[in-house]
Parts: sequence; C-alpha cells; structure tokens
Amino acid sequence: MSHWVKYDPSRGTLDPDGDGRSWQGPAGRGRAAMRGLLIFLLPLASMFALVISAYMMRRHVGDWQPIPLPWQVWLSTVLLVGSSIAFEVARRAAALGHIHDIRRGLLGTGVLAVAFLGSQLWAWFHLQEQGYYLAANPANSFFYLMSGLHGLHLIAGLVAWSKTRSALTGGADVASVQLYVQLCAIYWHFLLVVWLLLFGVLFWVS
Amino acid sequence: MVLAIILTIIVIGSVAFHLLTPWTLTELGSNWQSMDAMLHISFAITGVVFVAVTLFMVLAIVRYRHRPGRKAQYSPDSRRLELWLLGLTTVGIVALLAPGLVYYYDFTRTPDDAMRVEVVGEQWRFAFRYPGESGQLGRTSIEHVTSDNPLGLDPGDPASQDDIVIPAGGDLHLPVDQPVELVMRARDVIHSFFVPEFRAKMDMVPGMVTSFWFTPTRTGTFEALCAQHCGVGHYNMSATVNVMEREAFEDWLGEQQTFGEHLAALGDRDEDDEVSWGRELATSEGCMACHSDDGSRDVGPTWLNLYGREVTLEDDSTVVADEEYIRRSITDPRAQLTKGYPPAMPAYDFDDDELDALVAYIRSLQDDENNNPDAPDTNAER
Amino acid sequence: MVTVASADAHEHHEPQSFITKYVWSQDHKVIAIQYSLTAIAVGLVALVLSGLMRIQLGFPDSGLVDASSYYQFMTLHGMIMVIYLLTALFLGGFGNYLIPLMVGARDMVFPYLNMLSYWFYLVSVLVLMASFFVPDGPTGAGWTLYPPQAITGGTPGADWGILTMLLSLAIFIVAATMGSLNYVTTVLQARTKGMTLMRMPLTVWGIFVASIMALLAFPALFVAAVMMMLDATMGTSFFMPAIIAMGQQLPHEGGSPLLFQHLFWFFGHPEVYIVALPAFGLVSDLISTHARKNIFGYHMMVWAIVIIGGLSFFVWAHHMYVSGMNLSFGFFFAISTLVIAVPTAIKVYNWILTLWKGDIHLTVPMLYAIGFVVTFVVGGLTGLFLGNVIVDIPLADTYFVVAHFHMVMGVAPILVVFGGIHHWFPKVTGRMMNDTLGRLHFWITFLGTYVIFFPMHYLGVLGMPRRYFDYDYEFIPQSALDLNTFITIVALVVAAAQILFLYNMIWSAFRGRPSGGNPWGATSLEWQTPQTPPGHGNWGPAVPEVHRWAYDYNVPGASADFVPQTEPQRGPSQGHGHGPEQPGEKGHS
Repeated sequence: MSHWVKYDPSRGTLDPDGDGRSWQGPAGRGRAAMRGLLIFLLPLASMFALVISAYMMRRHVGDWQPIPLPWQVWLSTVLLVGSSIAFEVARRAAALGHIHDIRRGLLGTGVLAVAFLGSQLWAWFHLQEQGYYLAANPANSFFYLMSGLHGLHLIAGLVAWSKTRSALTGGADVASVQLYVQLCAIYWHFLLVVWLLLFGVLFWVS
Repeated sequence: MVLAIILTIIVIGSVAFHLLTPWTLTELGSNWQSMDAMLHISFAITGVVFVAVTLFMVLAIVRYRHRPGRKAQYSPDSRRLELWLLGLTTVGIVALLAPGLVYYYDFTRTPDDAMRVEVVGEQWRFAFRYPGESGQLGRTSIEHVTSDNPLGLDPGDPASQDDIVIPAGGDLHLPVDQPVELVMRARDVIHSFFVPEFRAKMDMVPGMVTSFWFTPTRTGTFEALCAQHCGVGHYNMSATVNVMEREAFEDWLGEQQTFGEHLAALGDRDEDDEVSWGRELATSEGCMACHSDDGSRDVGPTWLNLYGREVTLEDDSTVVADEEYIRRSITDPRAQLTKGYPPAMPAYDFDDDELDALVAYIRSLQDDENNNPDAPDTNAER
Repeated sequence: MVTVASADAHEHHEPQSFITKYVWSQDHKVIAIQYSLTAIAVGLVALVLSGLMRIQLGFPDSGLVDASSYYQFMTLHGMIMVIYLLTALFLGGFGNYLIPLMVGARDMVFPYLNMLSYWFYLVSVLVLMASFFVPDGPTGAGWTLYPPQAITGGTPGADWGILTMLLSLAIFIVAATMGSLNYVTTVLQARTKGMTLMRMPLTVWGIFVASIMALLAFPALFVAAVMMMLDATMGTSFFMPAIIAMGQQLPHEGGSPLLFQHLFWFFGHPEVYIVALPAFGLVSDLISTHARKNIFGYHMMVWAIVIIGGLSFFVWAHHMYVSGMNLSFGFFFAISTLVIAVPTAIKVYNWILTLWKGDIHLTVPMLYAIGFVVTFVVGGLTGLFLGNVIVDIPLADTYFVVAHFHMVMGVAPILVVFGGIHHWFPKVTGRMMNDTLGRLHFWITFLGTYVIFFPMHYLGVLGMPRRYFDYDYEFIPQSALDLNTFITIVALVVAAAQILFLYNMIWSAFRGRPSGGNPWGATSLEWQTPQTPPGHGNWGPAVPEVHRWAYDYNVPGASADFVPQTEPQRGPSQGHGHGPEQPGEKGHS
C-alpha cells in the first residue's frame, strides 16, 4: 500500500489509446458494449424465467383463482409491439446513417413505450376497481409482480433511450449514435419477448 | 520437513480420533440399520481417499522439496493417468451411490401396515394425534384452531370424533416393532421431528403434510427434538417418545380421551374456574415457551410472583404489575418493556374473558414465601 | 443500458486528485483494494460474532448472549461470511485486481460500471450493518431466511431486521451483477494479443466461470427477496401459508414455503461454487508457481471448472432431502450431486500431481495452498456423505453439516484468500509480507481450524442439532459439552490470531522488504508489468503480447526456471515450452 499511496503518475506516460490492439477506441468499445449488453440479458432472462417457474409451482395450490386479464393488457401488448417496431425502424435508419429517420423512429418508440406503461397502469387501476388487489389472491400477486418487474425494466430502458436521444440532438458522432440505437433496440426487443412470454403464461397457464 | 511431519500427524491423528472417539452414533432404536451401514461405508471409502491423498502430498513434499540445484520435471499432462484416476473415482462414487439409492428406495416406500400417527409442530412444542378406532385421521383446518382445539380438527368430520389428541407438551407413545408413519403438519413455521436414535427425520411444513416412516425396535424413552431453525425457542423444542410393548401401548391408548369426548367435556366447563382456563390458554397459545412458572429465567420474565411486584422497565422507571399492567403487556408488549429482556414478544389479541383468565392464572402463581407480606423482594421499595 | 451508454463519458484519464484517484476511482486496482478492505472489515465483524456464539456454546452459563442475540449473530455471521466477505472478496477483490492484469488489459471494459459496483456493494454493507440499529435488531432467521419463520414474531428481527437484510441483499445483487458483467465481458473482450482462452491462468478461469454463475444464480435470490418483501409488507402469499403464529392467525393463505427453498437453493448451491471456483483457480496458480512446475492437466482443470459450474445448477435440492419435498426427487439429486464429485476429485488429483516431481518451495503462499488441499479434501469428502441422500437423512441439520460446510466453503477458501494475499501482496504494494508472521499465522489458523471442525463432525454423528443456543438433552453426554468448550477455546485463539495477519498486512505495506516486480519468478502477465505496483493503464506505452501459456516453469533447455508468457517462442523446432493448445505440445518426457 505504501507504493500505492506514494504512486507518482509522472513516472510513466500512460496513454490508454496508445495501442491499437487494446479494446479502447470507438470500434473496440462498440464490440465490448454489445457483448456486455448481451451478457447483461443473461441475469434478466434468468430472473424472468425464475418468476415464471415460481408461477408454475405456486399455481398448483388450492387457493389459486385465475385472474381475468383486463382488456387494457391487450392494448399494452399492441403498444409494446409498436414500440419495438419503431425502434427497429430507427435501428435500420441508423445503420444507413439517416439521421432524420432515426429521430422519427426514436420519437415513436418513446411515445409508444410511455403509452405502454400508461396502459399497464390503467390495467392495474382497472383491476383495483374490480377488487383484484395485490394480496387478495396469488394469481393477482403474480400479475402485479410480473408486470411490475417488466415495467421497471422498461423504465430503465427509457433512461437509456433518453440518453440516446440527447446524444442524437447533442450532435454526437454517427458511430456513437449507431451504437446507442443498436444497443437500445436489442434491449427493447428483449423486453418485448419477455412481455410476450409473461403475457402468454398469464393468458394460457392460469 | 515440519510440514510433512505435521501432515503425517494429522493423518494419524484423524484416523485415531475416528477409531477412538467417544462421540459416535447413539444406540440404534429403529429399523434404519441401513443408514448406519451407509455411514460406515462412507467413512471407510472417504477415509481411504483422505489418507491416500494426504500421504501422497507428504511424500511429494519430502522427496521434491526445494534443494539447491533441484529442477522440476516438465510434464503438462498424462491422459492415461488422468483417465485412470477418473475411472477409479467413478468406481468409488458408484460404490457409495448405488447401495445408498437402494436403501433410500426403502425409505420412500411406506409399508402398508404402518400405523399412522400425526405430529404437529408449533413454536416450540410438539403435539400428537392418533387416528382412533376408525383408523382415519379426521380433517383439519387452521381455521378450526382454538385453545380447546389446538390441532384444528374439523368437529363436523365423523372421522375426527374418535381421534385421540395429545396436546402440546405431551409424550408420543409408540408400540415396539410396529412400523409407524409419522404424518406431519406445522401450525406456524417450519419445524422438524428428529429422534437421534431413530436416525430418520423430516421437516414439518406449514400449509402442507409431510411424512416419513420407521419401526421402533426397542422399548424405552427417547428425546425428540426440532432440527429445523424455528425461532428463538428452537433449542428448547422437544418431546419425549415412549416406545412400549404392544399391550402396554394399547392400555395407554385406551385411557386417552377421544376428541369427541373432549368436546363433550368442554360443554361442562366451569367457566368460573378462570385459573385453570388461564393455564390452558397459556399453554396452548405458547406463552410458556418464553415465560416460566417456577421462577427460572427464560426468554421472557417468569410469571412466578409477578403479580403485585414492582417491575423495573427499560427506561429504569418502575411499575407495579397489577391487572392493568399485565393486560397491557399481553396486548401491547412493547409499551412497557421489562429491563433486561429482549423485545421478542408479539402482540396478542385475546378477548376480554381470555385476558381475565390469563391474569387470574398469573395472579395464582405465588410461592409461599411471597405470600408473606414482609418478603423483601416484593415490599422493600414500597 | 444506462451504464453502457454512460461508460464512454469516462474515458481513461490521469487521476487528478486524491478523491478521484482513491475514492471515486475507476481504476480496477483501486476498486479491487476498496472491495477487499471493505470485505475484510465486514468479515471481521462476522468473526467477532462467531466468537460470541462460540462463547455461548462453550460456556452456556456465562450469560454473555441471550437466545435472541445468539440467533441474530448466527444469521449475520453466515450471511456476511458467505456473501459479503467471500463472494465480494473473490470476485470484487481478486477478480477486479487480477483479471485485467492477467489477460493483459488496461482496465475493465466498463470502468464506470465497475466503480458503481463497488459503491453499491458498500451501500449494501452499510444497510446490513444498519440492521444492528433498527428496532429489535437484525434478523435471526438463519442465513437461509426460510419463511414463514423469517417474517413471523417468534424470530428476532422479524419486522425491521428481515427487511433491512432483504434490502441489503437486493442491493448486493445489483452490485454483484454489475461486477460480474464487467469480469465476464473483460475476459471475453479485452484479452491482449495471443491470450487465447486456453492460455489464461486458472485464476482467471475460476473467476470467469464463477462470474457467469453469479449472473445466473443471483436473480433467484433477488426474486425470492422481492417476493418475501411483498409477503412481509403487502400481505401477499407467495411463500406464506395460512398459519397461526404466536397465537394469531395471519392474513396469508396457500403460500408455499418450499417454493422459497427451491428459489433460495437454486441460488444457494451455485453460490457455494461461486466461492469455490475462484479459490480453485487461485490455488492452482499458487501451487504451480511455488512448486516451480506447470500445472498438471491444464485442459482437464479448465473443463473441470466449466463442468462443475454447469452441474452446480442441477444439484440444489440436495439441501432439501428432508424438507418435505417429493421424496422421489432424492434419487435425481443424489445422483447429480455425486456426479459433481468426479470433476472436483480430478482437480484435487491434479493439484497433488503438480507437486509430484516439482521443486517445492515451502513459501507462505505454498503453505496455505497445501493447507487448503487438506482442508478441502476433508470438506469435499464429507460432502459425499451429505449428497448421498440416505446418509444425509440422519445427518441433515446436525453439526456434521456445520463442520462440512465450514471446512469446504469456509476455511478452505479463506486459506486461499490468505495464500493469495501473501502471493499478490508484492504486486499490490511493492513490498513483501513478513515471512515469520505469515508462517505463525498459517500454523495457528490451519491447525486451529482443523482441530475446531474435525471433531465437530462427530458431534453431528452423535445427533447434536445445529442452530441450538443450548444443549440440555440426555442423549448428549457431558463429554460432548466439554468438547464444545474445548472447541470454543481453540476458536477464540484462532480468531485472536487473525490480528497477526492484519498486523502483518498493515506493517508490511509500509515497512515490508521491497519486493521488485516479480519476487516469486512467476510467468503470468501481472508479474510482467513495467511498474510495481502497476501504474494507471497497467502496461505503459504498449500492452504485452502473449506467446505461451501461463505455466512454463522449468522448461527443459530454458536458462531460467520460468519463462514469462510474454517471451516469444524460440522457433518451431523446439516443441518444449509451447502452450498446450499448440499442435504437438504433449511435452511430457
């Protein structure tokens, strides 16, 4: 620790980009970020898979009363699909470098995603009005838990989305914008798949 | 070199300890010789591996420790040697696993002639139930649980009328050489029923019924204990198991009140006898798990001589333990916490009659000395 | 996403002030030290707690702790040691320090995320410590936190204690996920030229696989924690059946306590290997370096790590043989559990075969490594008892289990930690740790823990249940209680002896003998840095290039007894000294 504390940076020049082979630089960073994102999807997939298996185990107990899915959930699903399509549009536009289309695609994504969250909240309120409270039945608890966990991850996605947008409006270089859009799009599609799975489980296996 | 010597001592010491240890299996009291046999086989096989591995290391250290000029051999791997070791290990594993699974199969098959006895765990005692003449255990539900029906038998189920309930605190009686299937429930948290001499154990899980079987093979009394952490009184949770000759068991069983008789007797209860009702409540609701009635210190303060005494509270103020104080301590235990005790007690919501009964019971717990008004403990500060 | 996107805003730059350099640092080496010191500090708390527990067990009449505190100390001791000490130290400490250095990277690929990981970890530790000060104190539910017990009144800390514990765990999981994400991506993405996967030191392999397991296993604990929080606060019934606790019927119905156990052990069993695999990796490198001999059967070692990591997701219910789950599961889990013993045994064989015909320097790290092998063999073999379902039934929840897991995942990894600190201390500080103190500490710790835990198995065979505050039973003879007293005395001595290690570490950091860059004559990249301790960016102007595996010790024909990984091969005609991935490398003579 002594050396560590007395460490003198002037003893060597340390240019992290001094070597083309290391991971730094836009291209290297992009690959790392892409791989990092894919690896990050592992724990997320694990988490949602475990929630689904808990659902499967728990529903065999006698007190299970299937929850009637409110119609708003169908609306949400359509909105989320739309949001994902919009992101795909933005991603392709980004690959081609069409800044204007990226902007439009991103805007559509954001609006639809927020609408999705609103629709989910609407579904929650609807259920509350009908007396399907969180603790009233395990099927209800699982519905709120699954949609809640999914919604929280989408909100986190929206934070990344807003960063992407500000990069776009702030005039970041094309490579960065392409990278951000691509990363966000993958995450968006992932969340769509997760939602479709959760929805399918809630709809068919109840 | 010191290392080699000490490792050798460890090997010899461990083997010697194993052979000479006074701490070993209790005398078997059930049919599970197979568990003991597998334990010994496991000790033998793993013991050989332990000795071989450690002595090989000792040999390596002695022969190949650093000396000036010594050069290590460069040998990245040896497929042949590795495959040999792989094969030998697999053989050892199979030797442990195969008989183990065969014996385990017995454990999973309850014999048809097994006698069913129910064990119910609650913090921090065991209660038992025999199926009675019908041979069937009556239905139960947690909603039926009251202080008079601690196991929650359904009074409407005919099968429950002849059930024999041994309330918490009672002993489990079993006939010798009779296969027994213990059917297990828990009222509050997970417990486990474990008699070391019987070897087998199983958790009792609230919300479900678990079971396991064994045959007691010798008469005598055994200690049953809880093996699954169940709260602050876990270490105190135990019961006595009394394995008897068949005739003695039948006699004993014949003397017990059935659930139907118990319900009938309740109708005749003298409601004025608050003290005995209070005692029943204190037992059935688990108060006695933390409060003693003989002056000994437990999780909570003793009830002996509590009534009328001056109690020092956590903030060093004092209060006389009168009826109001006791009622409040039950319904809102943390309001006036006795100094030196943990705030472990949950709030109970008894109705007024029950509280009266409890207070009457606590009031009755006075030993002779303290009935003397001059006793220093009670009156010194008045 | 967020952190990925923001990582670019923090390019590498020279640290400017003490604050940016040592507090809000993004340098993996600084973060590693932050992680390690925090983990050691919280580990000391757990050590003190174990001492208090042992005093109660050895001297039940002392009245030092009451039953509530005993269970609280027990819970916190277990939780801290497993998660906040060992997991954090191996992944956050050793992983952070060694991965970039060993694979030839300038830093982790996401330095900002790495920094966040540490701060989340610190917050989780602080929340955990805060549970000592909430009303009723920390939870006393045991580290397994089984419901309903964890959230009903009969358990200490069932209100605030359990909630702070769950919150702290959730934060820790976020930290561990951010960290593991970094370690995995760095290994996959930032290896320097020539550093193929099959040239990586086993330390990196162990931490790499453990990180992947952490990514997959921790979500189970997270889900379980969220569900339990909802059960405790919102009245849901994920795990809570209808029960009457402390005389009151609770508003739950139908929940399954076994569901929690499945989730918990789906995390809990891999967690054992999340601690063990890095230890396996580190100890392989310690043995190879100090025996001056290549690790025996490198390929087998790598595959064993990968196979153990994979299999460990299919053995969880061997913790639940007597939990009341369907008994027929016992067959499957007994088989899968004992199968995992095969690759584990291979690792042990390869360690001792590495010693064979080596040039064994009995340095302090080597002593710890050998101590580890002995302890791990005992702990691993007793695992065969508990994995074999018929033997487990009588032994479950007795002191046999306590002895087993303390040997296999308590003492054994801790010995590796000590060995690893002695080994890499010169790289971190530029100074050697004191040899005499190190040996003294090794002997007390190794022999002491052996004497503590070996006899404990026999208390379990006798039938003494674990998690008991007091043993007042007739089947337990007085001699067993006397043995408990003896164990307590030894345990207190061993605990006190840890001061030697702390003192050694602090003293040596300032007064130790300067070590130079490569005091052990080791081959792997971290010893080839231009500066010791390595500077910011690790490698000076150019990152190193790797030409061989990490185990070229005593290569025939080489002048020194080790050949660094950066040393180019000497030409195609000379097969010796090639990494094992080269064709025709079967260099055993």
